[in-house]
Amino acid sequence: MNLGLSLRSRRRWTNRLALTMSMLAMSFGLVWLIWILFDVFQLGMSGISIKLFTEMTPPPGSSGGLLNAIAGSLLLVGMATLLGTPIGIMAGIYLAEYGQFTWLGRATRFINDILLSAPSIVIGLFVYAVYVSRMGKFSGFSGVIALALLVIPVVVSTTENMLKLVPNSLREAVFALGAPKWVVIGKVTLRASVAGVVTGVLLAVARISGETAPLLFTALSNQFWSLNLNEPIANLPVTIFKFAMSPFKDWQDIAWAGVFLITLGVLSLNILARIFFRQKHGS
Amino acid sequence: MATAKRKNIGDWVFFNLTRFFALLTLLMLGGIIASLVYGAWPAIRHFGTAFLWTLDWNPPMDKFGALIPIYGTLVTSLIALAIAVPVSFGIALFLTELSPTWLRRPLGIAIELLAGIPSIVYGMWGLLVFVPLFANAQPFLSGTLGHLPLIGTLFSGPPLGIGLLTAGIILAIMIIPFIASVMRDVFEVTPPMLKESAYGVGATTWEVVWNVVLPYTKVGVIGGIMLGLGRALGETMAVTFVIGNTSSINSASLFEPGNSITSVLANEFSEASQGLYTASLIELGLILFLITLAVLVSSKLLLLRLSRQEGRGT
Repeated sequence: MNLGLSLRSRRRWTNRLALTMSMLAMSFGLVWLIWILFDVFQLGMSGISIKLFTEMTPPPGSSGGLLNAIAGSLLLVGMATLLGTPIGIMAGIYLAEYGQFTWLGRATRFINDILLSAPSIVIGLFVYAVYVSRMGKFSGFSGVIALALLVIPVVVSTTENMLKLVPNSLREAVFALGAPKWVVIGKVTLRASVAGVVTGVLLAVARISGETAPLLFTALSNQFWSLNLNEPIANLPVTIFKFAMSPFKDWQDIAWAGVFLITLGVLSLNILARIFFRQKHGS
Repeated sequence: MATAKRKNIGDWVFFNLTRFFALLTLLMLGGIIASLVYGAWPAIRHFGTAFLWTLDWNPPMDKFGALIPIYGTLVTSLIALAIAVPVSFGIALFLTELSPTWLRRPLGIAIELLAGIPSIVYGMWGLLVFVPLFANAQPFLSGTLGHLPLIGTLFSGPPLGIGLLTAGIILAIMIIPFIASVMRDVFEVTPPMLKESAYGVGATTWEVVWNVVLPYTKVGVIGGIMLGLGRALGETMAVTFVIGNTSSINSASLFEPGNSITSVLANEFSEASQGLYTASLIELGLILFLITLAVLVSSKLLLLRLSRQEGRGT
């Protein structure tokens, strides 16, 4: 009897302990999120001024802004999205509509999932080896290629998953009207899943906006205003890296402001993607 | 008849176009490996396999060895796992079993946002906010954990703030969301009937999770951990900021500054001279890619096994 009671209370205490630990783990995760966001917003906000958007990155010891870096980042991310999205959507269509059970489909799906988590720094090295070293110089265009290669896997997997959600009866209905398969895909299934595909593109943009490592081997950085894709081009992440690692106080302040802009942009894109997806697909 | 033919041509073009891009995605992996091997070839030929266990990293003398970066990468990733796995398990447990339903969604989103923050933000925050604070905490660690037998040496040495341990901690924060969301997803596939049967015979929540949910989802949980490991191995900016960037290791202490494969690449690549130096750096990248590839492939295979198990309707 005594033994039974102690077993019972031991089980109860183990349970309580485990559940308390679980709650602590949850708060541990949240504390970091809040702490980081708080610091980024507080330190970044103080660096936000009109100069940030009107002046170029300064040499150490003088004030300046991030105009060339912001413009360069927008250009790189925009071009990479334009380049990577169609490729990703096409490959995603193949996986969902044609190659679901073929070896090519299975292999591509598998490899794509690996590429999704592959280190971005290696993608940068790859572009360096096949493009930059051939051209003999760092260039904005090589940065665009590297970022586009990071966009592709994200878009492939969301496109495939979204197309698979489209009910087969919809496809059959259009086939029954005599439409060829490419019309069925282009005019019906792709349109039915457009919200999901757009969500995927938004998430891909969010992912590449903060990418630094691949740009170190490709677009590098530029202290001056340049939108020439054949030359090294200024961009936010590499500028932040350079400025934050420097001992100069005014460079660090600009870096905080840059980090604030990137964080704000990336988090808004993430939230936007979620809202967009929920509105079109219900909860 | 003419329209029928046009339909066929349209279909043919569209099919082959999509197939071409799928093939392109597939070939990317092989292309990456081939181009890295090609770029690293001078170093591979010059150093042979000794590259893997040579300590020296001396650019002016053209002597290169990968041991210190490999050590740094493995140690920081293992520290990250040691912290992130129990925490992620706790978070997944909270989200699937404890949390009130109305809280689940917002908390899940909060954890996913943690995954969305770019790594450069973690790096800069780590260097300028966390490192100064952690430098103050390190004497406390060496005063307590440092006196333990065996693991004591891991927590000794001067409190610099930066170093392998700091990099491991920042990495842990970064990979928690990835591991936690996989764990949550696989916990949710446990058939309710199994759990309810266990509750029915009087099991506590903890016993249900530990004895029913965890064994059922074991494969998926390991897959999630491997996914986190893959992320940690290849993470660049967060590590580069705080690891210390020194190509020498003087003791086994985790307070030592060091270098990881990714931090060497990020710091030295744009200034490296052509020839052996660049080739050695590319070989480091190749080693990193092969390690992460092995980890990610096994993670994927484990997760696929779980989804097949689910498909069987156990």
